[in-house]
Amino acid sequence: MKKTYKIEVDCANCANKMEQAAKETAGVKEATVNFMTLKMSVEFEEGSEPKQVMQEVLKNCKKVEDDCEIFI
Amino acid sequence: MNKKQKKALAQIISAVVLLAVISLVTGKVSVSPYVEFVLYMVPYLLVGYDILKKALKGIKNKQVFDENFLMAVATLGAIALGDYKEGVAVMLFYQIGELFQSYAVGRSRKNISELMDIRPDYANVEREGKLEKVDPDEVDIGSVILVGPGEKIPIDGVIIEGETTLNTSALTGESLPRDAKVNDEVISGCINMTGVIRIRTQKEFGESTVSKILDLVENSSSKKSRSENFISKFARYYTPIVCYSALALAVLPPLFHLVTGNQAMFSQWIYRALTFLVISCPCALVISIPLSFFAGIGGAGNQGVLVKGSNYLETLSQVKYVVFDKTGTMTQGIFAVSGIHHSEISDEKLLEYAALAESYSSHPISKSLQNAYGREVEKDRVKEVEEISGNGVTALVDGIRVAAGNEKLMRHLGISYKECHQVGTVVHMAVDGKYAGHILISDQLKPHAKEAVLALKKAGIKKTVMLTGDMKNVAENVAADLGITEVYSELLPADKVRKVEELLSKKSEKEKLAFVGDGINDAPVLSRADIGIAMGALGSDAAIEAADVVLMDDDPIKIAKAIKISKKCLRIVYENIYFAIGVKVICLILGAVGIANMWVAIFADVGVMVIAVINAIRALFVKNL
Repeated sequence: MKKTYKIEVDCANCANKMEQAAKETAGVKEATVNFMTLKMSVEFEEGSEPKQVMQEVLKNCKKVEDDCEIFI
Repeated sequence: MNKKQKKALAQIISAVVLLAVISLVTGKVSVSPYVEFVLYMVPYLLVGYDILKKALKGIKNKQVFDENFLMAVATLGAIALGDYKEGVAVMLFYQIGELFQSYAVGRSRKNISELMDIRPDYANVEREGKLEKVDPDEVDIGSVILVGPGEKIPIDGVIIEGETTLNTSALTGESLPRDAKVNDEVISGCINMTGVIRIRTQKEFGESTVSKILDLVENSSSKKSRSENFISKFARYYTPIVCYSALALAVLPPLFHLVTGNQAMFSQWIYRALTFLVISCPCALVISIPLSFFAGIGGAGNQGVLVKGSNYLETLSQVKYVVFDKTGTMTQGIFAVSGIHHSEISDEKLLEYAALAESYSSHPISKSLQNAYGREVEKDRVKEVEEISGNGVTALVDGIRVAAGNEKLMRHLGISYKECHQVGTVVHMAVDGKYAGHILISDQLKPHAKEAVLALKKAGIKKTVMLTGDMKNVAENVAADLGITEVYSELLPADKVRKVEELLSKKSEKEKLAFVGDGINDAPVLSRADIGIAMGALGSDAAIEAADVVLMDDDPIKIAKAIKISKKCLRIVYENIYFAIGVKVICLILGAVGIANMWVAIFADVGVMVIAVINAIRALFVKNL
């Protein structure tokens, strides 16, 4: 299942770091962060619960870039 | 400017004022070092507090080596060495740079989004006899909406009342108006120009053409190009490498000096290391490259060329071979009467006989004859119709024996006929047992097809190839007319794929091959080519699905434009890459040997970034390509 979320992030480098963090989160099959449109699209692994996985993703992203937001 | 930006601006302005005041005061009045320190700390913390906080958080989260850490170390280091003014100035300039970057990116985003803002905001729905203005999302399929002059059509549908002319420039970039009347299908995004029309919607707003196009353009920048992927990877390795180099720069030369019995000069080398750090920031690259692609896709979209991914834009710029489908791509795909030859009676009369004789047939030839005849077919004038499949038709028209068909029919009836020298489908006519001439029916070239091939050659395409399932002589005729060098005819769909694979294997890896088709039946070939370009047929879903690039107005001349747009965009991308890396490397070397000071460092960071962003916006201006 694929879902797209609105995000807030200040610099392109941080967007890249968010993408990396999201990709490495459990339950995430594939993730892309588009800095230009401020959107993150996530493809979830089979059987994972999107809401829970996104909470983890947000936590991981905050670790690498404190000033970011994902509107889940 | 948003709230965050306004706050940052306020901090910067206050800090600048404070800095100016304090420097003036400490210049005139002598104060103790402690007081000086405290005084300078005020503007420093005003602009630097957030950075310091983020740097600490970064260390806590094990993300040590980031921009904030760099700036914190650089400025704190300068302060520790007693260069208070420089410490504050560096932090101040960094913040100015960040604000500028945020503003520039925000403005670019807004400009590009506005360019593509074809989304209609409301729909006038007829409910229970009254007209209601609602959100287009709330309109069900099958509702009737009213669109007045000057309004945008909000949802795809069919006109049930009224006629008008439509401005399709939002979708196709073409300002030539199109007529539309009852029973015509119209698509969302077009602006209604003259008359009031009522439309029965056939889709929901989210599924309408305009929403689909907007989604496509928005998501296209998520499909990253090779350049973007390279820059992301580069940045990830680059920052730690630079930090360690800076550390080495700060520590190794002084140690070396100590070991060889000279003065360490730690402070000098630490200063150089800090300058080094400030110069090295990769923001310019990381921001400007995606921005260039974003602008390129936006600019192209505005011209009616939908590119579905930044990676496709990149591949487009490398296209050297273009393979065309014939019918529907270079030709209009409708068969029309193109000539009447050797007619004993008047052309109109011959056409009338043909149209009437064929009036009971459902053959496409019959349709084109009837279209050319132009008037109502009075079927009661036609009797004793006999359709001989594969040959033609005979009938009694106004009591006269009329036969319309191919050579086989003429031979069957024992009537000698005249061959047609031109290429196409020939309908021989016999009236009252005598040969009456023949009517030539052929597919018409698209109006700009010839120009399109010429434009492609000018744009640097090495070879043009045409593939078609049509007959050899028709294919070669069309190809010669258009100026296409290689033509392969009488191909089955599977043969087309094989031909494309053959062409792919014969060329070098760097030169890309584009296939241009009309989407519906060319799907396998479109996906096999390096880049699949489809004629959008103003909203054909199949085309939009199958291809990588969609030409919204079916005009082959847009192929050359698409290639030129992609080349401009990629040129800008490379300009930025070389400029940014080039300037940075030079400044890094200058910084390492001590020629560049902190101010040069800041220019190398902020200045380069701003220039790169401004250059990236140029990719938007593609109207006159």
